[in-house]
Amino acid sequence: MKKNTSLLNRIFMALVFVFLYAPIILLIIFSFNAGSSNTVWKGFSLAWYTKLFHNRIIMQSVYTTLLVSLLATVAATVAGTFAAIGFYAMRRRVREPLMTVNNIPMMNADIVTGVSLCLFFVALFNGWHNFAVWFNNAQRTFILVENLHMGFGTLLIAHIVFNIPYVILSVGPKLRQMDKNLVDAAMDLGCTWMQAFWKVILPEIKPGIVSGALTAFTMSIDDFVISYFTAGSSSSTLAMTIYGMTKKRVSPEINAISTLLFVTVLALLAIVNIREARQERRALQRV
Amino acid sequence: MKNKLSHFAIPYVVWMALFVVAPIIMVVVYAFSAAEGGFTLANFARMGTYTVVFTRSFKLAIIATLVCLLIGYPVSYMMSKEGPRFQRIAMVLIMLPMWMNFLLRTYSWMSILENNGLLNQLFQKIGLIALYNSIFGTDIQFFRMMNTQGAVVLGMVYNYLPFMILPIYSVIVKLDNSLIEAARDLGADTFNVFRRVILPLSLPGVLSGITMVFVPSVSTFAISKMLGGGTEMMLGDLIEQQFLGGAYNPQLGAAISLVMMIIVVVCMVVMNRFGEGEEQAVML
Repeated sequence: MKKNTSLLNRIFMALVFVFLYAPIILLIIFSFNAGSSNTVWKGFSLAWYTKLFHNRIIMQSVYTTLLVSLLATVAATVAGTFAAIGFYAMRRRVREPLMTVNNIPMMNADIVTGVSLCLFFVALFNGWHNFAVWFNNAQRTFILVENLHMGFGTLLIAHIVFNIPYVILSVGPKLRQMDKNLVDAAMDLGCTWMQAFWKVILPEIKPGIVSGALTAFTMSIDDFVISYFTAGSSSSTLAMTIYGMTKKRVSPEINAISTLLFVTVLALLAIVNIREARQERRALQRV
Repeated sequence: MKNKLSHFAIPYVVWMALFVVAPIIMVVVYAFSAAEGGFTLANFARMGTYTVVFTRSFKLAIIATLVCLLIGYPVSYMMSKEGPRFQRIAMVLIMLPMWMNFLLRTYSWMSILENNGLLNQLFQKIGLIALYNSIFGTDIQFFRMMNTQGAVVLGMVYNYLPFMILPIYSVIVKLDNSLIEAARDLGADTFNVFRRVILPLSLPGVLSGITMVFVPSVSTFAISKMLGGGTEMMLGDLIEQQFLGGAYNPQLGAAISLVMMIIVVVCMVVMNRFGEGEEQAVML
């Protein structure tokens, strides 16, 4: 009886995984299709991969996506770690309202975050325009740019905005798990608070920082809605390019780029997991 | 010492004031202003003309959330019963699709659900369509799946299912096993252990999963456009149209966004009332 139910459980889980992976596997299979259809198999070919590397629009948007995700992840990880430490050191009465504000971009619907940032940037640029015109008229030595537009800069800011909360949320618990006396002990033994940060706190919360950075990167890569509202017309992420294509016809190069991205991620995750497993085994042996 | 460290947060507090609070204030200001300036409530009154979109959005999002819960809870529960190695691999497998942008995955569904798509080809091969025709006396060549509400719900379930599994799993896996043993010792059968111990204790995870699926579902616009073919307009599409689409009216768009924010706040209040587990639950 027991065996039976666990077999059924396994089958149920397997079905869920088939559901999750079928579309991805199909995308990968049809990236090798000789024909241009996504439904009719016409034989094996690498044609879409060659075409992909000659497609400037797609390559440019892949580059934008990776660049904005990487930059936003680095910025959000550093800023989020410092902010989490700051929050941790605050009194509860001060921290709680700030944490609520911090949670807003995470809890809010993406479209609301996107829209609010879009309105904000437009208002900001209008204000800047008025200021720059006044400033340029008032004097002649220093000429300010009068017209700012949404583009890579605003896209990057938006990504940092929604990434930081995830970093804080994964670093925060690690700080609370840390033995509070450690920091005090370090200070008693003559550490400055900067040294206490580098030598005591940072090593303790490193796993939280790593998982925060990973989550941030995932969110950046997966985002479409917020980018759509904040990138303006000059820069386009891969998701935006695909969305633009679905209105007409999606070119099969998209299958090829999806496959390449997916295989890269798979390889990275495999490396990370194997390393983790090895470290755990080593730690066990030491004990 | 602790006070010195708290200074680390000052730059971020300024950042939040600028890029989190100020944009939201902008939304509120726009929602209550007329196109030519001045205070008005007309934007909210105009929403009345879009009741159909509101009800459709809520209906589809609630269905998608329920389906996610019905699939996600058992999966989380079963996963927690497996060995640590299995759990680790399963977690990675659930997270992995998220690394592929959700538009790519949704786009893949388009070619599966098409009239001459892969699913219909499969149905034809195994004779399902012929069977359907002979039973109902119809003469269809394919099942119409694209551009239906069902397709939109499927897209939501597919994209947001991990958001349901992760928080529930993270709560269940941390359950104190001795509580379950104690219940058993005191004579509870499997069903009662589940109903009176596991289910109540996993409620924070369930609630955070529901929020994390419902909020993006009710506000989606890309999925409904791609799988619903634009005929099944949702709240997200409505907002998008007011800003970047044909029906340019940022004031109305801001007003709908404000309503959406209120929905989120309500969800958060409900979640906070169910205890502290929520913060960890959100974060896997």
